[in-house]
Amino acid sequence: MNRIQELFKQKSNRVLNIYCTAGFPLLNSTLDVMQALQENGADIIELGVPYSDPLADGPVIQESGGVALQNGMTIKTLISQLQQLRPAIHVPVILMGYINPVIQYGFEKFCREVSAAGVDGLILPDIPIREFETEYGVVIKKYGLDFIFLVTPETSEQRIRKIDALSTGFIYAVSSSSTTGKDKDFSEVEIYLKRLKEMKLKNPVLVGFGIKDKASFESACNYANGAIIGSAYIKALQSNTDVKTVTKNFLEGILK
Amino acid sequence: MINRKITLGQFKGTFQQPDIFGYYGNFGGAYIPEMLYPNVEELKEQYLKIIYDEGFQKEFRYLLKDYVGRPSPLYLARRLSEKYGTTIFLKREDLNHTGAHKINNTIGQILLARRLGKHRIIAETGAGQHGVATATVCALMNMQCVVYMGEKDIERQAPNVARMKMLGAEVVPATSGSKTLKDATNEAIRDWINNPVDTHYIIGSVVGPHPYPDMVARFQSVISEEIKWQLKEHTGSEQPTHVVACVGGGSNAAGTFYHFLEEFSVQLVAVEAAGHGVKTGMSAATTQLGKPGVLHGSKSLVMQTEDGQVVEPHSISAGLDYPGIGPLHAHLFETGRAIFLSATDNEAIDAAFELTRLEGIIPALESAHAIAGLNQLKLTSKDTVVVCLSGRGDKDMATYMKAMEGRGGGEVSAIRYQV
Repeated sequence: MNRIQELFKQKSNRVLNIYCTAGFPLLNSTLDVMQALQENGADIIELGVPYSDPLADGPVIQESGGVALQNGMTIKTLISQLQQLRPAIHVPVILMGYINPVIQYGFEKFCREVSAAGVDGLILPDIPIREFETEYGVVIKKYGLDFIFLVTPETSEQRIRKIDALSTGFIYAVSSSSTTGKDKDFSEVEIYLKRLKEMKLKNPVLVGFGIKDKASFESACNYANGAIIGSAYIKALQSNTDVKTVTKNFLEGILK
Repeated sequence: MINRKITLGQFKGTFQQPDIFGYYGNFGGAYIPEMLYPNVEELKEQYLKIIYDEGFQKEFRYLLKDYVGRPSPLYLARRLSEKYGTTIFLKREDLNHTGAHKINNTIGQILLARRLGKHRIIAETGAGQHGVATATVCALMNMQCVVYMGEKDIERQAPNVARMKMLGAEVVPATSGSKTLKDATNEAIRDWINNPVDTHYIIGSVVGPHPYPDMVARFQSVISEEIKWQLKEHTGSEQPTHVVACVGGGSNAAGTFYHFLEEFSVQLVAVEAAGHGVKTGMSAATTQLGKPGVLHGSKSLVMQTEDGQVVEPHSISAGLDYPGIGPLHAHLFETGRAIFLSATDNEAIDAAFELTRLEGIIPALESAHAIAGLNQLKLTSKDTVVVCLSGRGDKDMATYMKAMEGRGGGEVSAIRYQV
């Protein structure tokens, strides 16, 4: 049983997944940020692998990725930083990125090395289901990594069932069809989350996109196993680079 | 130049159409986040049904004829032919309404969007030609139009920005990343993710997730459809020996090649933008510099760093200034079905002046690259060459004027200048 499955076995509600960008705000701040997140109550850390053209992300996360790339972050550098990941970080860690840099690095090499460093799962939102089934899924599985698919309010029930069958770890429920960082009217999302809950999927569900504060976190937790916060935390880091204080204040605001 | 020689016979029947997953050989597909899936799936399910519907075809053909001004002439360029010692025809897409081939695709897609029940249109644009063609058809069909354009391109292409605004489009600056075409495309895709129900995204080239490359190629295929019967009228044969087109994303080339793709006696010639030179680091010759990768929803050749970050290309021609290439073209390159040449900024300007002085036609800088390719072909008096003149040069006058100052208005080809 890997760390993600272990976590959900221990804790099936109010699971808090926080997104941070590797190499942001500073090239070598990656692990400090993760450490601060862990100390202040993050249950899962989703570490963004910066990319020049991040289609599924909004401007806040793209900008942080741009800063990270300016700082000199590459997959190679990231993997060398991840050599210090365990045991300092004991919570589950997921890498979120885009397929192009991973292909260039070597898909199998990437999976092998991040798995060896203690990464638990991957989110690569531009891998289509068909290519996952025919090409990439077997490699991901070979190295014991979970693969987290996204679903949206527009995803059909049949397709959600298929995604549930293919996913391991958890399912990432996009709270509406949109890029990250957009404000959402949460009431319209509730019907969709309720529908997901009633489907009794095999995987836990975490809600992402539009979760920015205590109220939206609580609201998501009414219907799902927890939620993912990205842009709101990156914004906090942009306004103040004192990682420890920012992270402490931010997580207190969500969890207290 | 040709990556891998293969026997063309074994590919018969597979160049024109991708497989059901949108692959041309190793390239294509739909590498999109789940948020885009319903839109792209709807399009994939509907596009062939809609565009081959009799009513659609009737309306499409009518607008191409009476609104765009098709068929565009196939002009025997006598003096250009003399210069190269061969027979050269120019396919005059520059004479279309709005001044380029781009309108063929936007007419097709706006009719499709209407049949899908969409009432808001988004598009990306680099130089502004596709943006203008999109704003034009939106005015025609009374649809809301939002065009994403890199902040840098907005500064560089003021006349086209003014045209789009006069046509009623909202021009939104793309301020992310490198602030050019690739970022405008990212912003348009994000808009589509955020507005999945009422909006159709009119992509301007044979790029993007399946079915866009195939759909855009089909709308542009009217170019080669006309070439065939026009050439027959001129020469008695439907088949030229060479067909030449410039390639950025590759929409005019796809349209020019389309009906010749399975006719292996016809040499297909694509000319990319070498910028300052292929090896200078200031180039847009994707087949020479790109590696397999994923950009804007499809697998193709992509110009990128070792770390897989997409790089900013350079070409004097904004329409060719794109770090990717349509998956069809990547396939044509990999299989050797087409040869890929490149022309530098200076060679393109020389070619533009050459055509202007020999034939009285000022070409778009993009199309001038195709003309510049003629130099690199070994042509004989027995050959019949068709060059797609994809657009007219009005939009490029500032660049041409600068070039004239550099040469003091003198001889066409001998003088070099800074651009």
